[in-house]
Amino acid sequence: MSTTLVLVQVLNGLQLGILLFLVAAGLTLVFGVMDVINLAHGVQYMLGAYLMVTASAVTGSFWLGLPLALAAALVLGLVLEWLVIRPLYGRDHLEQVLATFGVILFVNEGVKLVWGAGPRAIPMPEALSGSIRLMDGLNYPVYRLALVAAGLAVAGLLYVLVTRTRAGMLVRAGASNAPMVSALGVDIGALFAKVFAFGAMLAAFAGAMAGPILSVEPGMGDGLLILAFVVIVIGGIGSIRGAFVAALLVGLIDTLGRSFLTDLLKLVLSASAATQAGPALASMTVYLLMAGILIFRPRGLFPAPA
Amino acid sequence: MRCGVQSCRAGLAALAIAVSAGVAAADPVKVGLVATLSGPSAVLGQHMRDGFLLAVKEMGGTLGGQPAEVVVVDDELKPDVAVQKVKGLIERDKVDFVAGVVFSNVMGAVVKPVTGAETFLISGNAGPSTIAGAGCSPFFFSASYQNDQNHEVLGQYAQAKGYKKVVLMAPNYQAGKDALAGFKRYYKGEVADEIYTQLGQLDFSAELAKVAAAKPDAFFTFMPGGMGVNLVKQYRQAGLAETVPFLSAFTVDETTLPATGEAALGFYSGAAWAPDLDVPANKAFVAAFEKEYGYIPALYAAQGYDAAKLIASAVKATGGKLTDKDAVRAALKKADFASVRGNFKFNTNQFPIQDFYLVKVGKRPDGKVETMIAEKVFAEDGDAYADKCPMK
Repeated sequence: MSTTLVLVQVLNGLQLGILLFLVAAGLTLVFGVMDVINLAHGVQYMLGAYLMVTASAVTGSFWLGLPLALAAALVLGLVLEWLVIRPLYGRDHLEQVLATFGVILFVNEGVKLVWGAGPRAIPMPEALSGSIRLMDGLNYPVYRLALVAAGLAVAGLLYVLVTRTRAGMLVRAGASNAPMVSALGVDIGALFAKVFAFGAMLAAFAGAMAGPILSVEPGMGDGLLILAFVVIVIGGIGSIRGAFVAALLVGLIDTLGRSFLTDLLKLVLSASAATQAGPALASMTVYLLMAGILIFRPRGLFPAPA
Repeated sequence: MRCGVQSCRAGLAALAIAVSAGVAAADPVKVGLVATLSGPSAVLGQHMRDGFLLAVKEMGGTLGGQPAEVVVVDDELKPDVAVQKVKGLIERDKVDFVAGVVFSNVMGAVVKPVTGAETFLISGNAGPSTIAGAGCSPFFFSASYQNDQNHEVLGQYAQAKGYKKVVLMAPNYQAGKDALAGFKRYYKGEVADEIYTQLGQLDFSAELAKVAAAKPDAFFTFMPGGMGVNLVKQYRQAGLAETVPFLSAFTVDETTLPATGEAALGFYSGAAWAPDLDVPANKAFVAAFEKEYGYIPALYAAQGYDAAKLIASAVKATGGKLTDKDAVRAALKKADFASVRGNFKFNTNQFPIQDFYLVKVGKRPDGKVETMIAEKVFAEDGDAYADKCPMK
């Protein structure tokens, strides 16, 4: 187990963490500000990827396709908010879960009707299709580094947006006391709609960016949604900063667990037992981390002020 | 119109009965086609269904000279749902054959309800070892393969090629473990690492770094569906494709190639069939399929097509008298049809004895990517479990 391999795996972990952050940021925003559990966030990620499939095919360019796909995702987010989410404000979380779960089923089948059941692909932009040699026999695609950069840029942008702008101030105010904001003359309905659509667009951005390295297929967001929920619970619901730290933590723990746990277990167990236990344990590490953190910080690492 | 689920279903059922009553005068052959048509793996079921329906269409809507009625049901890749729907096919629709089934866990759940009701079950894909071995049934026929065989092709190839060191990778569930066991049945060299991933894993960069670090002569994987698409793209992007041969089963085929495209060029797989297999029946099938549906068929489509032809051969041989189960079984067992796979006959456990090939992803003259026959690895191969089946 060389130092190079460890460093490569750390880089892989960070990159997975960044992807998780892109998905989790919108989720935590919607949950924190609007108090809506949006299970449909995963399909919004998927829709982003599918819209990007079409947009990049129609325009013939990744860079022209991306803004088109994001605009379409924003509009779809507004439509979804108007159709499904708006009647659910102030209702029980269970009802929100049921309704948004229905959206998952609906959209997963819907994309199959529109784009077909088979996996689709988004071509990688020419400028980023190169790779760097990280270690003997292994290249690291430049695109993955670009993904990391894009994730960091989004994190920075969100930070400025939430802490330094008037819109961000309203969002923070809405998160701590929505009726009061409304009483002060702010159209809280419009604010919620914007936040929701923005969250949808963030998810779509993650989907569109992930498309060139992952397969675009029905249900692609379902597994990621669970991890995104783990991230926002660890980070503290509603906290962008928490989501960022937690996403990197989850990405690192998951990747390092997958990479080295079996080998580490081989030091104490027999080879066959380690091969049995290693992968099982590796798939649990993220949840063990969550359980551990919740024991000491029941409201997550960066809880929103009550 | 508003109606509750129950009353709607009753209405639809009445409609279905009315429709089938209209045809019943001609005593149709009824086939229940079970396929996974929703969820991420729906594309496999779609290929199988399209292949089956193409065969029926080519025969003018008949099976063996009798008008055919095919009831397609979606098992949703849920064993409990499949059992419920299969019981409906047998008890309500009174089908003569149940065909299809993509996944082994679904097959494991439906095999008893179907064969227990003395209805013939013709597998269009799944071939778990239990049904090939001690759990074989006179009412079960496979128009596909036994699960281990495709993996054995790559094991045999790696052994014959003289690879000294390989890395194996599969999802951490039963089929994944069976896959690696199948590979190792024929490969006797060093296995530098066996990597088990999570089922449904998206990103393989951590695993690929381990593969690169191990510096193997070849890499074998079983990574079905979207996982395989991700792996193939990432394997290519990591630059491993140029240095370590990519051997696989159920990972690169015509269901995933539309998404992986040229990233999969030169990657190997093991199969009993490929679109370019040089058999007259196959040439006609592939051309008709592409014309009808506008995409290249995968092996699931070929198996669905063969399943329909197999049923037709039995209906024809028995003159449509499907109540005489012994006669139907004897007729099925002859496999008297022109398989798109060429060599095709049944073993004692009613699984096929057929040829297996190493296939390689290549580009057709029209620029589309498909699997192509590279070399024959096993000739007239029966599976490893037939001995355990008490049927003779």
